[in-house]
Amino acid sequence: MKEFYGSRLQSQMMLGTAQYPSPAILVSCFEKSKASVATVSLRRESGNLESGNSFWSIIKNLDVKILPNTAGCYTVKEAVTTAHMARDIFDTKWIKLEVIGEEDTLQPDVFGLVEAAKILSEEGFEVFPYTTEDLVVADKLLNSGCKVLMPWGSPIGSGQGLNNIFGLKALRSHFPDIPMIIDAGIGLPSHATKAMELGFDAVLLNTAIAKAGDPVIMAEAFSHAIISGALGRTADPMEPRDMANPSTPIFGKAFL
Amino acid sequence: MNIIVNGENRNIINVNLTFALDELGYKKMKLATALNGEFVSVQARDNINLKEGDKLEVLSPQQGG
Repeated sequence: MKEFYGSRLQSQMMLGTAQYPSPAILVSCFEKSKASVATVSLRRESGNLESGNSFWSIIKNLDVKILPNTAGCYTVKEAVTTAHMARDIFDTKWIKLEVIGEEDTLQPDVFGLVEAAKILSEEGFEVFPYTTEDLVVADKLLNSGCKVLMPWGSPIGSGQGLNNIFGLKALRSHFPDIPMIIDAGIGLPSHATKAMELGFDAVLLNTAIAKAGDPVIMAEAFSHAIISGALGRTADPMEPRDMANPSTPIFGKAFL
Repeated sequence: MNIIVNGENRNIINVNLTFALDELGYKKMKLATALNGEFVSVQARDNINLKEGDKLEVLSPQQGG
């Protein structure tokens, strides 16, 4: 398994912490999914509710690495300032960098993303950029100091799976040594399996588990799905054929 | 003195940011702060004095995807 900024993870599953029916179900989903990384955010604190302290007391006991995000940021300044605040509060150099460009699809503003990634990388952050499958953008992100890429499968929360298999294959082939995580759009365990079969190094998801009818069973399903896809890739699958080829030997067949 | 905290008008007595956060009910909480759009680290808060009309953002760890 590839390392992410020098960290070797216990699993190839990264899991978001939003939208669960209850804190107890969130904890159970992390246990069943065997996720090695939890994504978190920063939001306004009212003080009297101490919601941040309550949430943090749950997360810090999960025994996972913390990946703060800049979700909801539409400008470079917002994203960079949020990253600074995240480093201050979570005491980590890791940042899942989101610079959103369009609110219907939540697709990244790749121009702002590259600019913010450069600023943060130069400041010592270890940037996980939420990007598209675009090769040129990927190249610019790597030149900006990113050592990990996080291409989307499809729009955040859409559950559409991998919308551009050709583009993702091309990205994987073009940068074979770069750790890559499929982030966003995963809806089914089979989507995660496909991502791993394509050679990606991890999958990050949230809504597919949190909004499932039974999130805990779905968490376990995703755990198996990711392991299956990774093992399938490692096992060097056969090439598809256009025509049938008998699996039972012809030699020795009776003449009847 | 009136300042804006997370988009709401608040009246405070303490000028120093660290003490103002305590006064606003954030004592001993895990927080990140920004003043007028600029990040202020935990260590820097002791040296920051607030002014009338300042805009303070006070954030805490929350759910995220």
